Amino acid sequence: MNGAQDLGGMTGFGPVVPEPETPVFHAEWEKRALAITLACGALGQWPGDRGRYVRECLPPIEYLTSSYYEIWTKALSQLLLAEGMITPDEVAAGHMVHPAKVLNRLPLAAAQVAPLLARGTPYDRPATAPARFKTGDRVRTLVMNPTTHTRLPRYARGKTGLVTDVHGVFIFPDHNAHGKGEAPHWCYGVTFSGTELWGAESDPALEVVIDCFEPYLELCDA
Amino acid sequence: MNDHPDSHHDHEHGSELSEAALRVRALETILTEKGYIDPAALDVIIETYETKIGPRNGARVVARAWRDADFKARLMADATAAIAELGYSGRQGEHMRVVENTPVLHNMVVCTLCSCYPWPVLGLPPVWYKSTPYRSRAVIDPRGVLKDFGVELPVTTRIRVWDSTAEMRYLVLPMRPSGTEGLGEEELAALVTRDSMIGTGLPLSEGRAR
Repeated sequence: MNGAQDLGGMTGFGPVVPEPETPVFHAEWEKRALAITLACGALGQWPGDRGRYVRECLPPIEYLTSSYYEIWTKALSQLLLAEGMITPDEVAAGHMVHPAKVLNRLPLAAAQVAPLLARGTPYDRPATAPARFKTGDRVRTLVMNPTTHTRLPRYARGKTGLVTDVHGVFIFPDHNAHGKGEAPHWCYGVTFSGTELWGAESDPALEVVIDCFEPYLELCDA
Repeated sequence: MNDHPDSHHDHEHGSELSEAALRVRALETILTEKGYIDPAALDVIIETYETKIGPRNGARVVARAWRDADFKARLMADATAAIAELGYSGRQGEHMRVVENTPVLHNMVVCTLCSCYPWPVLGLPPVWYKSTPYRSRAVIDPRGVLKDFGVELPVTTRIRVWDSTAEMRYLVLPMRPSGTEGLGEEELAALVTRDSMIGTGLPLSEGRAR
């Protein structure tokens, strides 16, 4: 979707403000926000792609004026409400009002945290079809403006680049975010020149690599 | 902003809490009362990302690659497996790629669409990495971004920006500073900054270790 999350190439946000490696968190509530987001994710009631989509659906003004942990927390509330795990009256009261929804998974226990994090959730899947493109192919990204989740940023639509990596087959976020299944597709590293993306004024020594799923791409004629 | 060592600090000053802090506290209370989350697990998650999973992990990977050509070859061929040799794996680093800086090529990593970042080797992303200035400018004006970090590269140096739009996670292998031939892995790791592994900075020179 063409939401406020799709920031690449925008101007006017001011300088980047560097910061030291520590502290990791800048307020106590940020720690809790991270932890409850991960713990709720471990309940397996929605895939990470849906989480990303819900964050993108925040109204643009709200998205752009919220810190990232605020965005996470607001999206987490939306997901919990949508799943019927919490209710608006509970959010208003700040306490449980209704019995919990019965889930098919127990809450994440302290002893499970380290193995869960170390395992992660691999996103690659076995190939069921040969890759359409190979390294060195010239490809063009589609011009598309879905109102649903996509991982092809606006600045890279309708652009010509070179396939520089064939990463393998991965869960397709555009489907997975919307409960349509994993629909795995080949994913490629595609390298674009700065001038192709930004025009003649671009830094001539710039190139940008974007990881593109196969449905985003078409082969350019030789 | 302050960071208080006492994890229950917020609870002692309710009237001072921000809207965000209140929202998170209410959510945690509801989730705990409903049995969806176990507060003990939350504490372990926080402790893990404050003390165990952070950029010192990545610094060790880089230092090892600088000293051990065989390890570097494995790292460039299959980063996920090579990084796992050092015990780092999992969440948000399931599919790792390492990209190497050279005298003619500088790599920089961004996620313009959200905040994808290689957690097992770098920990949680800094505020700037998730912020609108970095996510908007890294792909169109990386030299301007580098200036914000006090780094200026020759105009002839190619800059390759990696926008983490899928599930590949990128770690920059910076160039080894000159004059570090005699240093051990730990001393080398002390020269490797978090920003040098994102591509917004360079390693420290010898004598300026962290």
